[in-house]
Amino acid sequence: MTACAIDIRGITKRYGQLTALDRVTFSVPEGTLFGLIGPDGAGKTSLYRILTTLLAPDEGTATVAGRDVAKDFRQLRSEIGYMPERFSLYPDLTVSENLHFFASLFGVEVKDNFALIAPIFGQLKKFPDRRAGALSGGMKQKLALSCALIHRPRVLLLDEPTTGVDAISRSEFWDILAGLKEKGITILVSTSYMDEAERCERIALINRGRILDVNTPEKLKERMEGNLYSASSETMYPLLEALRSLPDVKDCYTFGATLHVVTREGFSPEAAICKLREKGLENVRIEPAEGNIEDLFIKLATNDE
Amino acid sequence: MSIFQSLIKKEMLHLLRDFRTILVVLVMPVTLLLLFGFAISTEVNNVRIVAVVEQHTDETKEMLERFRNNPSFTFEGTVSPGEAERLLRKGEADAAIVFRTKNGRLSHQIVADASNTTMAQTATAYLESVANSNAAGVPIVSRTLYNPQLKSAYNFVPGIMGMIFILICAMMTSVSIVSEKETGTMDLLLVSPVRPGTIILGKLVPYFLLSCIILALMLTLGYTVLEIPLSASVIPVIGISLLYIVLALALGLLISTLASTQVAALLVSGVMFMLPVVLLSGMIFPVENMPRALQWFSCIIPARWYIEAVRVLMIQQLPASSVRAEILVLAGMTLVVLALAIKKFHAKR
Repeated sequence: MTACAIDIRGITKRYGQLTALDRVTFSVPEGTLFGLIGPDGAGKTSLYRILTTLLAPDEGTATVAGRDVAKDFRQLRSEIGYMPERFSLYPDLTVSENLHFFASLFGVEVKDNFALIAPIFGQLKKFPDRRAGALSGGMKQKLALSCALIHRPRVLLLDEPTTGVDAISRSEFWDILAGLKEKGITILVSTSYMDEAERCERIALINRGRILDVNTPEKLKERMEGNLYSASSETMYPLLEALRSLPDVKDCYTFGATLHVVTREGFSPEAAICKLREKGLENVRIEPAEGNIEDLFIKLATNDE
Repeated sequence: MSIFQSLIKKEMLHLLRDFRTILVVLVMPVTLLLLFGFAISTEVNNVRIVAVVEQHTDETKEMLERFRNNPSFTFEGTVSPGEAERLLRKGEADAAIVFRTKNGRLSHQIVADASNTTMAQTATAYLESVANSNAAGVPIVSRTLYNPQLKSAYNFVPGIMGMIFILICAMMTSVSIVSEKETGTMDLLLVSPVRPGTIILGKLVPYFLLSCIILALMLTLGYTVLEIPLSASVIPVIGISLLYIVLALALGLLISTLASTQVAALLVSGVMFMLPVVLLSGMIFPVENMPRALQWFSCIIPARWYIEAVRVLMIQQLPASSVRAEILVLAGMTLVVLALAIKKFHAKR
């Protein structure tokens, strides 16, 4: 059995009437790149604040790197690297001042762990005296990550690190995370971009404070197979309404340029096309589709509600 | 470098990098001090007076000579009663003095333009003292103690110090803490193994040092340029100022726990501290002249006690024991505010 880097049991957090986290339970094995996937307002940031000991849960317990978030918070703090949602750096300090400052908070020297951040810090090295506020989004993200890693944490907690960063930098960032995982650092990364989920080893889907499912992206996608179709025609909106009225169709929603149709067992595309033709919809194409995390998320979220 | 040192170094860098802060911190106190000390004063100079003389005698001649020679007045000449009224109305004269000789005795009347009350009061008093200085009857010899020339700088230096320290300590400390909350860097500090107490001290110490520099600057200016007489009482003045600075820092810390945005922190410290300090602390308007309710209210304003104590120490040059009550009140306030601020800071987490 592999040790758990993060173990969350029955965490509940309420803000007045609103339940931000509802009995959240999952665990992250040591050395995995774990994704927490959910839309804005799902409770991801609240969970991060609990794991980083900034917020106390109302119920439940959690351990990070083997330390309890409530009891051993002081020891826990030197084991984790945290990168909040916004790139929290001092914009009026330079690149190297930021890095040295965060190193000193943890009582380490930049040179002690420079090897760890060298691949990330590479481009930044060219302008150590530039103010952090003058960096581009992708550069800020790299500097923030370097600052979070400078004390060589066992667990890296990244809250929506790719929000507001261009597509190329995002992709590059996931390569960096994969590299860090190889060095044995456990990473919990949250995102609202469903397509990024596939870059994780395991993912937890979270919606409205509840964990919908935890598994590998592949296993999760298998759950969608067999009854997912993509549909298209010249007039999309009437098609959407017509499909929704069919008895075999459980759900239908737009997905990029096409419609994704979730069906019950025994759905036949040919029969459906016939029925649609009776309703005056010509040139309808319905083909089996390969489900992805977004489809699953929509399905699970609908079931949950 | 220890954690504490690097926290302070970081804070110093923030301060030095922000040109506006430097301007506010160093240029403003000096400007205010010089402005209030020289330009804006309640001293009355150049009172333009005219005289109405019904009957010229040796006595009136001598009297007019005295006004002519007094540096506080600009004597504009002798005019007819109608002309005097016209000049007062048009604002070309500030006061008129009317001499009347009846039964061989000279009597006089002073007519002053009271559209500016301070000016009118002081001018009347001046004129009165000049006119009466060798009149018959019992002479009244008035002597103003501690500030014989009624220099308003004496009055303003303690007031400005009371205001500046609230401004620098309370406002700047709260804004700097709240800005870290806004950008999220406060979370990073709290997530690090550094104790919250160290983080807060790391915020307060640089501003404390800065305030000490400003204190030195203000005292130097006060004792040299504004010519406040230097005496041993400067030591208790420094002591009570340091106490007041700590109190202002504690207030700043308290504001930072209440406000969540920099704008809110600015508003709170501006409206809650600056205005009462200026209006109710006795800096400009004497506390004794306020309605009873406001007098009671002014008791909770730290600057009132500080300004009162500094006036006693600096201008009257009494020993520290004479401001024991003020010191106790300020110390009590410091303890209460500090306790509240620390409690609130911990409750946030």
